[in-house]
Amino acid sequence: MTADVNRRVLPGFSLSLGYTIFYLSLVILLPMGAGFLKASTLSFDAFWEAVSSQRAVAAYLLTLGASFASAAINIVLGVLVAWVLVRYEFPLKRLFDSLVDFPFALPTAVAGLVYSSLFVKNGWYGRFLVPLGVQGAYSRLGIVLVLVFIGFPFVVRTLQPVLEGLERDVEEASACLGANRFQTVRRVILPSITPAIITGFALAFARSLGEYGSVVFISGNMPFKTEIAPVLVVARLEEFNYAEATAIAVVLLLISFVTLFGINLIERWSSRHHG
Amino acid sequence: MAEHAVASAAYLRAHEDPPIVRRLLIGAAVAIMVFLVVIPLVAVFVGAFSAGVTTYWDNLVHDPDTLHSIKLTLMVAPVAVILNLIFGIAGAWAIARFRFPGRAFLTALIDMPFTVSPVVVGLFLLLLFGLQGIFGPWLRAHDVKIVFAYPGLVLATIFVTFPVIARELIPLMEALGSEEEVAAVSLGARGWQLFRLVTIPNIKWGLLYGVILCNARAMGEFGAVYVVSGHIAGQTDTMPLRVEKLFQEYNMPGAFALASVLALLALVTLLVKTTLEWKTRRELAENERMLATGGEA
Repeated sequence: MTADVNRRVLPGFSLSLGYTIFYLSLVILLPMGAGFLKASTLSFDAFWEAVSSQRAVAAYLLTLGASFASAAINIVLGVLVAWVLVRYEFPLKRLFDSLVDFPFALPTAVAGLVYSSLFVKNGWYGRFLVPLGVQGAYSRLGIVLVLVFIGFPFVVRTLQPVLEGLERDVEEASACLGANRFQTVRRVILPSITPAIITGFALAFARSLGEYGSVVFISGNMPFKTEIAPVLVVARLEEFNYAEATAIAVVLLLISFVTLFGINLIERWSSRHHG
Repeated sequence: MAEHAVASAAYLRAHEDPPIVRRLLIGAAVAIMVFLVVIPLVAVFVGAFSAGVTTYWDNLVHDPDTLHSIKLTLMVAPVAVILNLIFGIAGAWAIARFRFPGRAFLTALIDMPFTVSPVVVGLFLLLLFGLQGIFGPWLRAHDVKIVFAYPGLVLATIFVTFPVIARELIPLMEALGSEEEVAAVSLGARGWQLFRLVTIPNIKWGLLYGVILCNARAMGEFGAVYVVSGHIAGQTDTMPLRVEKLFQEYNMPGAFALASVLALLALVTLLVKTTLEWKTRRELAENERMLATGGEA
């Protein structure tokens, strides 16, 4: 309604929309088109062989598994940190709140560099963990660790506004009706933040799927063991095997699209149920 | 009296978290932040200065390839930021101010770089502009170099960072609403005037943060740039690529010195964000107070 008024009153509709579409076509659709065009020139057998080789399958599974594990860990860490930042007062709270965004602002290469140096045998964490048998660098665990760092802000920043918006009255009502604190948390607070938890999980997961810069430093990139799908794409490229690189990239892209579609569905579902 | 105290203690127990739980949770959250963020941040600078301040300075300034990577990043990022700024304003204006068919699709398209692997972006640019790419033969005939050269670095950076400013502006402009702009138009403001006198002052802090964040991400971009650069030292290595090369050469003080510059950039970005949020809150409070006193008068 307002929209119709806007289009008659405010200037620049066709100019801004036209430029937006032009820019997006140039920047996104053109390269995407090139990718799918290249993939379509492959015969089905060649495509299938590239995307279903044992090494490629191991890479997808590792990418999916490490992204899933890191997003799951981030749920626990993120709920805890978001709760504490919203509900409690403590010294340096503002500083910690600002630092939540640090992984988002820090170049991923720096994150990978510093994490791998912390977890090697002589590193600050490694000197305690390696004697216990925990190999944080050049291992699958390392991939998960650095992805936890990368995905952390997404969960906290999704949860914070939802926790801030919770009505304290509801908790009071729950207490007046005889619920103890544990029951209130489990029956009242948890259900109302569940959609935000799921969204945060999906965002962290989606972000981890394509991550390259940080993982390449810490994983060691061993085929079948610590090689994630984007690293395999680069490995194929460096052999000048563009066809296989494209085939694997298309699979990776499809996984991203499915995840993005899933996020949209979840958001629509949660706004219907809790909006 | 005693009964009352017991009752309110019980009430408090059900309503607020007991102090011991509170302390435990705060301790756990602080520990998470310290291990995940603070110690790695400190480690970057300790690693950079481990061989002394002079070596740090030498690593940055007297290594010609490192120096070149800094210059190259300073040439690539601003171009990407300016182009994405123009797009961000146009896109936010179209999406936040108007309703049209395909609006949801357009918004989803803007979010795409957040989920597409930067490596895939780089690969697709190679398929377009590389020697065997779609435009490859034409570019070669006209002696234009895009991949493994400066234009490719800019294109890759643009793709990965273009949503940042638009994503910052769209929710902000939607929250502001269009009443002020409609009023300005009815008072006779024309296109550019409206934009300069009404829209820009309203969105300036969001715009500034968008630009700063976009710049930080542009300077730090790794995956997409890695693929299209061809990593030619002293020619197409940007700062993050140079960090990786130094790491591969086991030159840890050198890698950390350059990484510390990037980490400093991230810290400045956070500082700007925090300051702007504080400023916005204060301006909001001031507006409300003025409204309240205006109402009394």
